[in-house]
Amino acid sequence: MRFGIVVFPGSNCDEDAHHAARQVFGQDAEYIWHKDTELKGADVVILPGGFAHGDYLRTGAMARFSPIMSAVRSFADRGGPVLGICNGFQILLEAGLLPGAMLRNTGLKYRCEHVHVRVEQTGTPFTCAARAGQVLRIPIGHGEGNYFASPETLQALEANRQVILRYTDAQGRVDEASNPNGSVNSIASICNEARNVVGMMPHPERACEALLGGIDGRVIFESIIESFSRSAESLALQGAGARRAGLSGDRM
Amino acid sequence: MIDSQVLERHGLKSDEYVRIVRFLGREPNLTELGIFSVMWSEHCSYKSSRVHLKTLPTRGPQVLQGPGENAGAVDIGEGLAAVFKIESHNHPSFIEPYQGAATGVGGIIRDIFTMGARPIALLNSLRFGSLDAPPTRRLLEGVVAGIAGYGNSIGIPTVGGEIAFEPSYAGNPLVNVFCLGIAKASDIIKGVASGAGNAVYYVGAKTGRDGIHGATMASAEFDEKSAEKRPAVQVGDPFMEKLLLEACLEVMQTDALVGIQDMGAAGLTCSTTEMGSRGGAGVEIDVSLVPQRETGMTPYEIMLSESQERMLLVVKRGREAEVERIFDKWDLHAVHIGDVTTDGMLRVKDRGSVVAEIPNRALTDEAPLYQRPMSEPEYLREVQQLDLDALGSPERLARHGPPERLGQHKPSTPVARAFQASGHNAALFALLSSPTIASKKWVYRQYDHMVRTNTINYPGFGAGVVRIKGTNRALAMSVDGNGRYCHLDPRRGAMLAVAEAARNVACAGARPLGATNCLNFGNPERPAIMWQFAKAVEGIGEACRALDVPITGGNVSLYNETDGKAVYPTPVIGVVGLLEHADRVISRRFKDAGDAIVLLGDDRGELGGSEYLKVVHDLVRGLPPFLDLDRERALQQLLVALADERLIRSAHDCSDGGLAVTLAECCFDTNGMGAEIAVGAVRVAADASVNVAAALFGESASRVIVSVSPDDVTTVLERASAARVPAQVIGQTGGNLLRIAVDGDTRIDVTVDEAERRWATAIEQYFAKRVA
Repeated sequence: MRFGIVVFPGSNCDEDAHHAARQVFGQDAEYIWHKDTELKGADVVILPGGFAHGDYLRTGAMARFSPIMSAVRSFADRGGPVLGICNGFQILLEAGLLPGAMLRNTGLKYRCEHVHVRVEQTGTPFTCAARAGQVLRIPIGHGEGNYFASPETLQALEANRQVILRYTDAQGRVDEASNPNGSVNSIASICNEARNVVGMMPHPERACEALLGGIDGRVIFESIIESFSRSAESLALQGAGARRAGLSGDRM
Repeated sequence: MIDSQVLERHGLKSDEYVRIVRFLGREPNLTELGIFSVMWSEHCSYKSSRVHLKTLPTRGPQVLQGPGENAGAVDIGEGLAAVFKIESHNHPSFIEPYQGAATGVGGIIRDIFTMGARPIALLNSLRFGSLDAPPTRRLLEGVVAGIAGYGNSIGIPTVGGEIAFEPSYAGNPLVNVFCLGIAKASDIIKGVASGAGNAVYYVGAKTGRDGIHGATMASAEFDEKSAEKRPAVQVGDPFMEKLLLEACLEVMQTDALVGIQDMGAAGLTCSTTEMGSRGGAGVEIDVSLVPQRETGMTPYEIMLSESQERMLLVVKRGREAEVERIFDKWDLHAVHIGDVTTDGMLRVKDRGSVVAEIPNRALTDEAPLYQRPMSEPEYLREVQQLDLDALGSPERLARHGPPERLGQHKPSTPVARAFQASGHNAALFALLSSPTIASKKWVYRQYDHMVRTNTINYPGFGAGVVRIKGTNRALAMSVDGNGRYCHLDPRRGAMLAVAEAARNVACAGARPLGATNCLNFGNPERPAIMWQFAKAVEGIGEACRALDVPITGGNVSLYNETDGKAVYPTPVIGVVGLLEHADRVISRRFKDAGDAIVLLGDDRGELGGSEYLKVVHDLVRGLPPFLDLDRERALQQLLVALADERLIRSAHDCSDGGLAVTLAECCFDTNGMGAEIAVGAVRVAADASVNVAAALFGESASRVIVSVSPDDVTTVLERASAARVPAQVIGQTGGNLLRIAVDGDTRIDVTVDEAERRWATAIEQYFAKRVA
């Protein structure tokens, strides 16, 4: 499958996502320059971490105006899987593809370290290979990862099971000490209502090789690949005149 | 027009002015005087240090680029080069900690990518006054935030470093930053301007009035008016630099480039002059073409501005459009501001009329060179005296107070008084929570140390180690220096700094390849300071030769003084080493219970200049540890071989705080795994308890703690013996206690959890207190 990795000026985890997709998982991966207007046939779009446009004004605030974003939006509207990692999550929030906003970490400082997150939902293309309740040890690196949403939005997110990852301790228990940035409800990752657009603050691409100190991020990439092959399979079935209708929408 | 006041404002001496007039054959105008003043400043000309620096070893088969370029480079195999350098930003960081440190990072990164290398790792070496003083906390917080703000944004991981706290740095902190990049060995690009008619391009941020005379500022001492120099500190823009970095690396993929240099200290002046001088050519520019941020800037201001994130490029004639297209993609303006000429002159025009015309040679090769007078400082003999028998045991101190023989010194600290109850455990805890030794996690957690997904030894685990994608290799790097040792003996202190940096790299399993140095000293016009400098350079030279780590570049920072009080002489050495198999990397942490703990090297019971003497007895005296360079080299080679054959599972250099602190650090970050140790004491004093303290906390050099699987102990001991490195099994890992017996009596007996808690939280507590 083909990963499309959007490069904004100031993106700095683009090469890391590319490396994970291509070198670790052996998939096709393409960089997509932010001034481009089409996605080069990507099957999944990744908005990588970094400081797009220097994060000047506000994180993600200017990136949402980049020409590529309208292509990303229509790809998402058609049900294409989109993953925003860290700064990519911030951009998805600014672009309105995900609800809520990011505030400065409660500790006011940038934090780079491994944290534990619990998989809350497996019904997305980015977590379908994980177990519900599985605890992952994945690095974070951000100064503004304090997720915030209005009480109504929050209620809707929880009711619709749109919270995908939550910060916990190593045993998977939510507590204040394990919340690195003050996010409401310890939210580390959410998806949209259609479940195909996911934003997450942790960096799964930094946890794909044992040499780097952990491989718990692999399950995110494995999910992408698994969900793609399932949808490709279902498309093939449809193409062959499979009688079972509605299969193509399964798990996507 | 040019009188003594004007000269003084430009930091030029009257005999230097005479020299200028002789070169030009006429009086200079003000613009020319400004150009001379920055090029002949200590910062750019190395006029006091050059005669000494020439003695350093700079060659070796592994050296691809020695000193004189923007950065040095060593061969790391598979056609690749490691390009690296360290640089200081001490003065700006004292005046404005955030921007001073941030622009220091920006500057060193430019030095690396200017060579055609992709920067992949940063380190820093910092010195501050005591953390007990609120201004130090403000400085530390600002400097760390500045390094983080720049490095995190541009996306280069900070993979290690060191921080020490000594009162001598209170009025003049040290901020030394190191960057390493990777290039194809065949593609290294130099800062030369050559080929008459080739185009000189200006790229990057616009020029403003910031930083005018930064280089001159960095060449003067501080006094109470220094805060007024704030306009001389620049403001960094890491986003702009990220664009420049990507665009320049893209341009370098074409062969349209002749040379490139960043505009750092002395800005446009230094880059045009040095590029012309290296290429044996001249450069002619028109300042009216330079993009400007402010209106009404004079040629003087444009030439001397130190606005950040600007580059000067020389582009082959006919290839201009290609280069402009790449910068345009990155929304950067590349402006053709002049051309390369054949006459060896720096010629500056303003709307066509010449406003400055100086032979390049006069500004570079012919800059003044001083053999400054030197004399051994008077304090030295006195502080080198250390009567260990006068020290008294901590217990005795607590009972009877200080013995008479200690004279005016203040031996009894609260720590010493606390000894009665818990003896050496209390000393260990005091050392572990001393900010110099304590965990720096509070600091490095603010640095993105994982971006680029190469980091395989995190900060705090020993040398920083990054794998090289596309190969099986990895590079280890460490920056080290000990100002206290150099204060007590600059020559030996400098040798120890080289040895420690190389040893740290070897402890990661990497073979040291090359070094870079940052020499932080006081005012060289004072003979005692110049003597310290000369001795330290001698020591660096000797150690680098013996350990085969040639110096490939670096930086000298003089005038580190406030109100006439110099910092400790502080040479900081960065060493880079190669691991041929990234997955054989070693860290300081013990791995499994039941492993044998082996001490490589000999204990000589040396307490001189130790952290123990300072923390427990409030004494900075004695001689720093003895160093046998042959033995040191054998030890390092042994470590690399043992790691390569997977015979050791962890390795940790025994330095600040001695054996007890080193062992404790080996236990940390292992989920509380302990160790049971038995060692003997060397008799260094009549008082037995002093001998015990020396065994636990003495800082004898060339020692490393390794842990070894029980099956491999015999092999490791045989290898050590063959390498003539003393080695002995001193205990084994396991349990949750750290217990150390000296001459049969248990002297340290603590839970690892308790020790680790003190070590891990010491620094953040200084900041928690302030909030409360």
